[in-house]
Amino acid sequence: MTNLDVNTLANAKAKGKRPYFFDDPAVERVLSITMAVATEVAVLRERMDTIERLMESGQPVTKAAIDAFKPDDNAARERQEWHAAYVARILRIVQQELQALENDALNVSSQDLADRQLAD
Amino acid sequence: MPPVLPPTYDRVGRHGASPDVSHDETARFNFLTNLNVFLGQRVFPGTKLAYEKRVRPKQIQDRQCEFASQREIRQAMRAEPIYQSWAALRRTTMEMRQQAGRHIVLRQLDRLNARVQQHNAGKNTLQLDANVKIPHYISQVDNHWMPGSYYTEVTPGDAGAGASYDAGVFVTTAGSMSAYGDGGGRSIVNFVKERFPTFQPKRILDLGAGIGVNTLPIAAAFPDAEIIAVDVAAPVLRYGHARAQSMGYTNIQFVQADADDLKFAPGSFDWVQTTMVLHETCEQTVRTIFRRAHDLLTPGGLMLHVEQPNFAPDTPLWDRFTRDWDSWYNNEPFWAKFHTMDVFELMTTAGFSRDAQFEARSEADIEPGRYQPWASTLSRHKPELNKAGAANDGARKGEHWYLFGATKSNVP
Repeated sequence: MTNLDVNTLANAKAKGKRPYFFDDPAVERVLSITMAVATEVAVLRERMDTIERLMESGQPVTKAAIDAFKPDDNAARERQEWHAAYVARILRIVQQELQALENDALNVSSQDLADRQLAD
Repeated sequence: MPPVLPPTYDRVGRHGASPDVSHDETARFNFLTNLNVFLGQRVFPGTKLAYEKRVRPKQIQDRQCEFASQREIRQAMRAEPIYQSWAALRRTTMEMRQQAGRHIVLRQLDRLNARVQQHNAGKNTLQLDANVKIPHYISQVDNHWMPGSYYTEVTPGDAGAGASYDAGVFVTTAGSMSAYGDGGGRSIVNFVKERFPTFQPKRILDLGAGIGVNTLPIAAAFPDAEIIAVDVAAPVLRYGHARAQSMGYTNIQFVQADADDLKFAPGSFDWVQTTMVLHETCEQTVRTIFRRAHDLLTPGGLMLHVEQPNFAPDTPLWDRFTRDWDSWYNNEPFWAKFHTMDVFELMTTAGFSRDAQFEARSEADIEPGRYQPWASTLSRHKPELNKAGAANDGARKGEHWYLFGATKSNVP
């Protein structure tokens, strides 16, 4: 049996300088950690969903039953719909910044409106 | 219109060399697949809008001229917030996918390698050569951020790099290359059967075959042919050979060799193939492959390559920017140069006459009925199955494979 440090090896950096896209690399570091945590929340949610479905069908909830669970078409669709909704929720600000770009009418500044009224 | 849902990872095609994938590992891949779909369908189109509404007008205002190259666009886009979000998320998603695939493989590496060895032991269809040197175009950076690339061995006789590659393709492509990732190979077969209906190749050379995902459909379509799948990296060949054997393919030899130094006899192949390989090499090797292919083919033999289409004179700068992106940021450094090369001129130089050259598109072919009926690949590739999908041109880009090649004389 080879004794590997699996966690360190799985995390290995690819050869090649990593590009950073935000002005401050710290933003990218935090984004990367946040998205990894978001992934694990999704994993937990899918596990919960499996447990619920096993319980509903009256099957024993064991680790083996969870690992053997295969969603039918309907369950698979519901689970993918949840993932899609979840991704949309956590990336909401990205979508809203896009909408602001699409439609200038969404960008009226309340601060400017307030300041202008005071100046009148 | 909501983004089209991808198929779930439990529908991935399994075989005798597949790593075991737990419930939570499947769920992790499901999330990453959906994240890829959201980034591709929702966020990526916003980068073009930002270019049109903010980046390009600013260039014209500041410099009184249009961008002159995709590299100028690259520089200007770096300050664009929507692009920053898309690129950083895409990058981190790719890294998470690599990590997830590697962890699956590494935690069961001994068991997996033993399983691979069981399929490989005593078979003369796997021919490894420890003297083959990894060429600079593979060793200088790890292609598409795959830590250790195709060739690194964690333990002696390791096949892990192949298994990790196999596990992750489905996630990166949201299942759009079919359950076994072989949509490219399947569309090659469709093209060849339609274009050259009487072609019966006896010996086929597939260069840069990797784990052989796209080699298998060719072997299935021509069961009497002898297929030689060549790659420089031993781990992918070990895994690919075991994978093929476990799926019942016995007419493929997996051979470790460098495309720049092939030892085969002139005129010994009826067909020389590469599938999404040339852009991972270098200019000199592309020239060598074309020249050697001409030399290796029998009269009437076929050379065929699947790639992204290279730039035409009228390819818009924005499209050049997006297509060169992987070259700058996904560790495929030759791709930008390859996009500018005239493959037809190169084929002519290699000895293929102009009138025997061709280019074509072939519809991506996925196994019908393999995925849940609502899954994106079906609706994207067979729009008649999903009318809503038919109007969504953005999501359907890339549903055709681009092929080019030549026959050694006229028709095979």
